[in-house]
Amino acid sequence: MLLSVEALRVSYGNIKALHGLNFEIDKGEIVCIIGANGAGKSTTLKAISRMVPADEGSRMTFEGKDLLEFAADKVVSQLGISHVPEGRRLFDNLTVMENLKLACFARKDNDQIKKDIQRVFSIFSRLDERQLQKAGTLSGGEQQMLAVGRAYMSGRKVMLLDEPSMGLAPLLMMSMFDALKEINKEGTTILLVEQNARLALQFAQRGYVLENGNLVLAGPSAELLEDPEVKKAYLGG
Amino acid sequence: MVLLQNLINALQWGSFYALIALGYSMVYSILMLFNFAHGDIFMVGAYIGFGVASALIALTAMGAFALPGWLILVLTILFSMFLTSFVGMIVERIGYRPLRAAPRASAAITGLMIGIILETGNLALLGAQRVSFPSMIDTVTYDMGGVFVTNKKIMIVVVSLLLAGALHQFIRRTRYGMAMRAMAFDYVVVPLMGVPLNTMAAMTFALGSALAAAAGILFGVAYPVLDPYMGILIGWKAFVAAILGGRGSVMGATLAGFLLGFIEIFVAMIFPSTLRDLIAYSIVLLILVFRPHGFFGEAYSARLRL
Repeated sequence: MLLSVEALRVSYGNIKALHGLNFEIDKGEIVCIIGANGAGKSTTLKAISRMVPADEGSRMTFEGKDLLEFAADKVVSQLGISHVPEGRRLFDNLTVMENLKLACFARKDNDQIKKDIQRVFSIFSRLDERQLQKAGTLSGGEQQMLAVGRAYMSGRKVMLLDEPSMGLAPLLMMSMFDALKEINKEGTTILLVEQNARLALQFAQRGYVLENGNLVLAGPSAELLEDPEVKKAYLGG
Repeated sequence: MVLLQNLINALQWGSFYALIALGYSMVYSILMLFNFAHGDIFMVGAYIGFGVASALIALTAMGAFALPGWLILVLTILFSMFLTSFVGMIVERIGYRPLRAAPRASAAITGLMIGIILETGNLALLGAQRVSFPSMIDTVTYDMGGVFVTNKKIMIVVVSLLLAGALHQFIRRTRYGMAMRAMAFDYVVVPLMGVPLNTMAAMTFALGSALAAAAGILFGVAYPVLDPYMGILIGWKAFVAAILGGRGSVMGATLAGFLLGFIEIFVAMIFPSTLRDLIAYSIVLLILVFRPHGFFGEAYSARLRL
């Protein structure tokens, strides 16, 4: 098992966002967490990447290491867990190339960095053409490509993806998920959260359903797609 | 003639404002924080310079080594910049790091407190007496067709421009500079790139404080009397220059620093000097009404959470 989360609780002041999540991810898997707006999907990812503090008693282990002992930047640079945040959060004032290079801030393997950048450009050829363009001038689809490319550069054992389909036209969405499949085949484990449940379950092998800070259902995607409750609540009947 | 003479004076004052403004501007753009203790770090830098220079002069007098005056000055600047950068890092570590998630107003108030601590701490340590900054180089005055320029003034302007230029290159060309530019746009998300926020914050404070120390020593060279409150007014004015220059712009802060020098000197040319700041800063206010983001303000996302 690659990542294991036990009794994960997160609070924002007095508001409890997560009420004790338990889940596990194996190496090489694609796992999704689906749920409505405000269910705690983003918070779950932010807790793993240590961008929000987990409450006392939460346990997270990654490759046998206590994840809670790592600061946010070390989760990326030492554990190899990257996070594509909600809304992409690119550095609009930096070029495409600079965005990719910044993601290697803590890396020292210069030869591999060059190869990885070439790999990003071969997966997303649109970025190749726009290397020296400011990220802020890219189209929505290109920005999502860069956000994923940046994560690819920063850490590749696990990629946490927050709503990668958001704001993308259907065709772009499909090619984005194709690219993610390709990255997964090269060995990157993927955990994504999505409001678009059907899309997420078609892409992932397994899924969890998050409701009001609790995981209420888990199972292989095929089962969840057929589950009457899931159908009713998330797949439009 | 008078105009040219004033131009040279304006350049010198602008140098002080520019160097101090750079520290304000960097911290503000990278951490969304006004470090109101920065003027006092300038003061501390001047005092550290005083200490370093006195020590070097004493050692030379004792015959430990024979250094020419200009070399003592260069060493004083470099060594004091180095030492003062630690003052900045300590201020960040103790004063601001615990407040990184706190409302920005709390951090601003903390800055004012730190400023008072630095002033009164200095007072307690060295007493209320003013100290006179040692003269390391002799003043040479050049008569350029009726306009008088001293070697000190030239040195002050040149050193300031060199330092501002070096900072600009650092931010444009290095990995750390790239991270600083990224932070200026959206510092919250920077850790997700594997960039340690604390290291970046400490480095930013160190750079800003080092520049303030350089300004302090150059100030001491031009006006060789130091007192614990010397940083307050000049600090506020440099803060104005930082705002006028625009968020996150090295070039903007530098140019605005010099512009402020020009406005002040030229207002004083026309009006009685008691009215100088009143009129000069009314002009600045007017500029900000029309350009609220300053001259070169760069875009930023203004999102304070992930």
